[in-house]
Order: sequence, then C-alpha cells, then structure tokens
Amino acid sequence: MKITEQEVRYVAGLANLRLGEAEVARFRVDLDQILEHIGKLNELDTEGVAPMSQVLFDADATATLRPDAIVPPLGSQAALANAPEPGAGYFKVPKVIER
Amino acid sequence: MEIASLTIDEIREGLVARRFRAEEVAGEALRFAEAENPKTGAYLHFSPERALAAARRVDEEIARGAEPGPLAGVPVAVKDVIVTRGIRTTCGSKLLENYIPPYDASAITRLEEAGALILGKTNCDEFAMGSSTENSAFGPVRNPAAPDRVPGGSSGGSAAAVAQGTAVVALGSDTGGSIRQPASFCGVCGVTPTYGRVSRYGLTAFASSLDHIGPFARTVKDAARVLGVIAGRDWRDATSAEAPVPDYTKALDGNVKGMKLGLPREYLKDLTSESGSLIERGVAVLRKLGCEVREIGLPHTDYAIATYYVIATAEASSNLARYDGVRYTSRSGDSATLADMYRNTRGEGFGAECKRRIMLGTYVLSAGYYDAYYLKAQKVRALIARDFERAFQEVDAVVAPVSPFPAFRLGEKVDDPLAMYLSDIFTITGSLAGIPCMSVPCGRTTEGLPVGMQILTRHFGEATMFRIADAFERTGGLPGRQAG
Repeated sequence: MKITEQEVRYVAGLANLRLGEAEVARFRVDLDQILEHIGKLNELDTEGVAPMSQVLFDADATATLRPDAIVPPLGSQAALANAPEPGAGYFKVPKVIER
Repeated sequence: MEIASLTIDEIREGLVARRFRAEEVAGEALRFAEAENPKTGAYLHFSPERALAAARRVDEEIARGAEPGPLAGVPVAVKDVIVTRGIRTTCGSKLLENYIPPYDASAITRLEEAGALILGKTNCDEFAMGSSTENSAFGPVRNPAAPDRVPGGSSGGSAAAVAQGTAVVALGSDTGGSIRQPASFCGVCGVTPTYGRVSRYGLTAFASSLDHIGPFARTVKDAARVLGVIAGRDWRDATSAEAPVPDYTKALDGNVKGMKLGLPREYLKDLTSESGSLIERGVAVLRKLGCEVREIGLPHTDYAIATYYVIATAEASSNLARYDGVRYTSRSGDSATLADMYRNTRGEGFGAECKRRIMLGTYVLSAGYYDAYYLKAQKVRALIARDFERAFQEVDAVVAPVSPFPAFRLGEKVDDPLAMYLSDIFTITGSLAGIPCMSVPCGRTTEGLPVGMQILTRHFGEATMFRIADAFERTGGLPGRQAG
C-alpha cells in the first residue's frame, strides 16, 4: 500500500481541501492505484539526466523580456468586480488571527 | 448559405463578392447554433452581442473597400477555459459559475483583429481535466456522430461544435491530448501547436509547462489559417516563441513524395481494435502518395503516463491554489476563519477529478517526495523528448494513432480514473516533448464512429505537419469516411 487514509487527510490539509470521510476512503484507493503505476518510473536509470522543467528552443538570452513600456493596469474596480466580498477597495476575508 | 458546411475561404469569397454580409453570417450562425445546440450541449453559453458587433466591424471595413482580415466573418466557438472580456468564463467549474473576466486572452484578441466572430463558449472537463468532458459541472456533451457517446475531452464542446456545424472553427486547449483526442472522436481536425507557438495569456492555467491553445476545424486548410492568426510572440506570455510564423497554407500543395514518415512500434503493439486497422489503412494511403514509411522506436513511451500524471498534477496543484474564495470564485458561506473558508470553498467547489489531481499533485510535491516523484518525472520527460529528437534525425514526421479506441459510451469509464488516464498514452508523449501534433480524420469504424490519425513533427515544424495532413485529406474517399 502506497498511501494511508491518514496521509490522504494530511495532503488534503496541505491543499486546503475539505474532504468528507467517503472522499478520503475513495481517494486513498484511487491515489494508491495511480502511485503504484507511477512507481514504474523507478525502473529507469536517470543518473546524469538533466531534468526538463520547460520546453526549450533556441532563442536570444533576452527573448523572454517584454518591452520596457508602461501598460495600464486593470484598475481596482475591474479587479474587484468578481470578488465574492469586496469592500472599501479591498478583498474582504474572514478573521485571520484571533486577538 | 450552408452555415453547417462553410469554410473560411467560402465565407471570405461571399463577403468580398457581396453575396452576403458578415452580420448575416453572424445572425444565421447564431440562429443555427442555438437551434442545434440541445442535441449535443456543445456550447455552455452564447455571445450574440459580441459576434454581431464584430460582424458589423467587418462589414464596415468591406464597405470602405478595405481588405478584410484573414478570418473575416468566420464564426468561432471558444473553449470555456479561455477568457473573454465581459463573457462568462466558467472553466466547466461550479467555482467560476459567475466569473466574468475583465480581459481577453491574446488568442481571442488576435482572432477578432482578423475579423472572426466569437459565437460563444464551449463545454469542457472542469479546468480541462479529463478525457471525456464528463467532468464538467454543467453536464456532459454528446458526440454528434453518436449521441450516447462522449465527444472526448477535455475540449469536447469545441470538437462537437465544429463536427456538428454550429461553428466553422473553434479554439481548444491541450495539456495531454485535450484537442487531438476529441478531434479524433468527433471526426474533425485538431491541432496542438509547438509549445510556445501560441500565447497562453488568458488561458486558464492547468499545467503551465504543458498547456497549449490550438484550433479545431473541418478542413486542414481552415486549421492552418486559424493557427496562422493566433501564433506568434506575445510579450504577455514569456514562454511564447519569437520564431517567425509562416503562411501555413502555402505548404498545402498535396506533394508529400519522398517524405520520410516514422511509425513507432511501441504505439502499435497494443492497438488491436478497429482503430488500429484504420490507422494501418491511413498509413497505406500515405505510402501510395509517395511517402517512405519506416518503423521507428520511441523506447520511453511506456513511462509517459506516469511522467505526465506527476508533472501535470504537480503543476495543477499549484495553479489551482488560486481558487480560494477570495478574488473571483464563489465563496462557501459561514466559515469562522480564513483557513476554514479556503477549505470549505475548495472542498465544496471542486469536482471529484480536480480534487483527485490536486491531491496527487500536492502529494508528489510534499516534503520528502519531491525528488522521488517530481524531479524523477522531469528527468524521464527529458528522455521522452530525446526519443523524439532522435526519431526526427531519421524521419520528417511521426504517424501514430490518437486514441486506442473510438468514442466510448457516456458513463463507461467515469469510475476508473487510472483506466481513463491510460487511454491518453498516444497523445501524452507529444505533449511532454512540446512538439506540434494534430489529429486528422482517418475514417470511421463499422459502427460509424470517427477515428483520427496523429501526425507529429519537430518543434516549429507545423508546415510539414499540415502538408502531410492536407495531402491525406485530399485522398478523401477513405473507406468509411463520411462528410462532416
């Protein structure tokens, strides 16, 4: 077994996901199966292989820089338009720290 | 005007010859799409005001005697993971049910500058995670060729709209096969360009190192035209490439004589279904056209699924952290603390597949596992990319199946996530390598289900890919092939 229900709960906490008990049980089985398959990667010797984190192609060193020009930002009104609880030009959230 | 079978060239000719106006095209396309949509559910919502406004701009240009843009008056459907200013963009998720983006994706801006008409937004798997469009919070899409079957996914709505004729072309997104597989299932062309060829600005991020925007079309030429419009450097996406964009339609001369094509033996060994024999017949057609076909090896193919489901879920777990009930998602009510609000919002809002992938991605990135999973997968990714580099020293293109089987029945695979993941095997390798690949219709099974053939070429080799696909399309009368 690759993963326990306790680990599923721990990972759900890291991911900020509230899971019901049925989901915990289900995901334990699903993740176990998938991790079992992923274990296949250990069959390969990757000693000395450089990890590929991006698709790279030939380009100038500065190719990813944008022109140094001022571009108008969205503005707070547009940025707040989809917020579930905007207020006074801010995103409002429940209490973070108990006094 | 036969809205359901129009091509980009026919629309242009009609507009220039003043046989019809763009506003009429928009009106007729919207009327037809709204009437036909209940059969498949391809569209989630329509954007008539925007389409009509764009059409009027095209008509004014033509009236002024100006040269209309390359996509003048062309009705386009857009996958609902690509943001559109003022038009709801849900990503197939309950969390974004009411999200109205304040900006346009760069691909959308380029389409409209070229004269295209955005008809509406198409259904897809939630945050593009899935291979059947059954993971949408807004219900499934039916395959136009067989209503009890899935259209594929995750861009199932876009593929279905083009196949059904409710759009002339469409935009989709592809991370591990989400354009090619639904194109194959619905019997249309679907193109995943080179990574970086099309700006991802405004494409809702799933796995940033693998995400692509690409076109669906009924003909290779239409797909080539759309790609020509949306491709090119965009300063808003630092990974978009500087490489010049050729006129891809210039490559469509039907001449593939002497071209070297590779057939990966690893892809064919498990292919016993009818899809396999259709691909074999397709390859025979290419031979007849003068292509030189040889077997090649892509030895790390068996490791592609494992590699992909580590990298894609790791990146997704990070990208989807932003849906937290603060800035744009709906928020779960009655949470005493901020941490509770995050957990409740995300626990209630995400569907099962998104949760599964967030969990897997968080797990492989968590303390103690990073090297064993994420770093290991990135190394194997390099080996998979190297397989293709070696192949392209020998051949001009690789020809392969898109999916091990044609469209499956709605509900058939929803309870077995690993089986669903494994079915992505032929599309995921190209995605990991970041090379251009497309699905071109290759015939139908005896049950009438479309099957696509995949063509993969080297980085920025889209012209070669289109040349082969177009030459193949010209041979038309493949056994079992039906119109639209």
